[in-house]
Amino acid sequence: MTYWQKEIETMSRDSLEKLQIKRLRETITLANNAPFYNNIFRKNAITADSVRSLDDLKKLPFTTKEDLRNNYPFGLAAIPLQKCVRLHSSSGTTGNPTVVLHSAKDLDEWANQVARCMYMVGLRDTDIFQNTSGYGMFTGGLGFQYGAEKLGALTVPAAAGNTRRQIKFITDFGTTCLHIIPSYATRLAEVMYEIGMEPKKDTRLKTICIGAEPHSEEQRRRIEQLLGVKAYNCFGMSEMNGPGVAFECTEQNGLHIWEDYVIVEIVDPDTLEPVADGETGELVLTTINREAMPLIRYRTRDLTRLLPGDCACGRTHKRIDRFKGRSDDMIILKGVNLFPIQIEKILMQFPELGGNYLITLETINNSDEMLIEVELNDLYTDDYAVLQRLTKDITRRLKDELLLTPRLKLAAKGSLPVQEGKAVRVKDLRSL
Amino acid sequence: MTIHQISIFLENKYGTLNEILSLLADADIRIIAATVADTAEFGIMRMIVSDPQKACTILKENNVSAYLSDVMAIVTDASADSLANVLKEFTKAGLNIEYMYCFSVKEKSILVVRTGNRESAREVVRRKNFSYISENDLINL
Repeated sequence: MTYWQKEIETMSRDSLEKLQIKRLRETITLANNAPFYNNIFRKNAITADSVRSLDDLKKLPFTTKEDLRNNYPFGLAAIPLQKCVRLHSSSGTTGNPTVVLHSAKDLDEWANQVARCMYMVGLRDTDIFQNTSGYGMFTGGLGFQYGAEKLGALTVPAAAGNTRRQIKFITDFGTTCLHIIPSYATRLAEVMYEIGMEPKKDTRLKTICIGAEPHSEEQRRRIEQLLGVKAYNCFGMSEMNGPGVAFECTEQNGLHIWEDYVIVEIVDPDTLEPVADGETGELVLTTINREAMPLIRYRTRDLTRLLPGDCACGRTHKRIDRFKGRSDDMIILKGVNLFPIQIEKILMQFPELGGNYLITLETINNSDEMLIEVELNDLYTDDYAVLQRLTKDITRRLKDELLLTPRLKLAAKGSLPVQEGKAVRVKDLRSL
Repeated sequence: MTIHQISIFLENKYGTLNEILSLLADADIRIIAATVADTAEFGIMRMIVSDPQKACTILKENNVSAYLSDVMAIVTDASADSLANVLKEFTKAGLNIEYMYCFSVKEKSILVVRTGNRESAREVVRRKNFSYISENDLINL
């Protein structure tokens, strides 16, 4: 077994926890420079000395996405902007977007984190890595780019879409590894078969990094079988840099979460108390190796559990299980994070529409799609072309907001289920 | 010179039409003509009924999206010539037809038509002396 950083990856739990405490104390000192944390720390008399053991973590406040929005854009910056070299931002879902700042050191550490993950699943500098993530603000693009370069792989920033072109690159360049969302991996394989290719024979693909979209074990096995590869589940979120937070090893049994970068807690989303060992709860992460924008006890809203026992790969860093859902109503579709409220906001801008709507997520031809049904107010025309135009206008506005194109269906007034109490606006029928 | 037509938004769903028609039947409203313009996902049903105002009120009371619009109902003698003549005159006057449909009563063929520029359409009907149906005639059809 070889490792990217053997000493860290196989460090004894005892040493790892000591390292965490040391870094947590440094993080608190650093975070105190950020107006947001400074305010909280002052009120609660928190200093680096408040933390002597990992148990003291519970003295620290939680941080939420809402806090990031309310302190948009730079209220959580712990170093001067002059020292920051990159900014990533979410699409600005409900109100302000969330911004994450990076120093040069942060970017280097992030690249190292991703490189460690890729090395773990067998990638070396002899590999040719094609990244089908969107680039730009979406962290799956640059995150994997820098990680793969750090590893020394020849990196192809193919970016998203254009399946034929992706396939041409895979064949012409001899791509051995892809980073791809699972539904698109299936689609890519299908197109290969359609044009008469036999991926196992006609490509050099051997490893696929899949993530950014909920998927099942069955879907992974299907991708592996279709493409003749090993597929590894990766987890990242923009607030925690992006990709590289946790990754499967070749055991394919849980994702190692790098504890020299983050401290992991699993809490009950209602009581915010830690759950019992191995129980499912909300993943809470504290960055301990980031200087531009440390986050303390960040509530990811992702539900998972820690897997008990040691991993056969020899790494000592804890493993999290496949995600079991969210503790809020965020929808993850094709790697895009969105909230129903964003959709509602757009729909409510059309006086032709009533207040009742229903979002259905479904898998069509192996691709995850969103259907939005919305009730019309009183009919205001006898011309269906007018309604078709309305459908197009609404779809375009939704696309601008969501960055993906939903299918929109007008519904007759009173035809959608009436919502009582807490409205259930989202039906998730995706085949996981 | 025009009559009221009721348009109803219809979803492509089992049983929808039946429910709506029952509402009208219960109120003793007769359907004189009906046509459906449809797309894959929804349709608009246009109807000429014996009492359009009452029909509209009943539908709205039952939370059905209904819309009243004005259309012309021109009486022709059921021959292709006669129909062609009406359309020819509209075309000559530079009017385009947004939609049209026909139905027959008492050996007369009635052309329901909606054109652009309603005022010039009325002018054509007056000048050519086309016979037409007015709102008051509906109840006796």
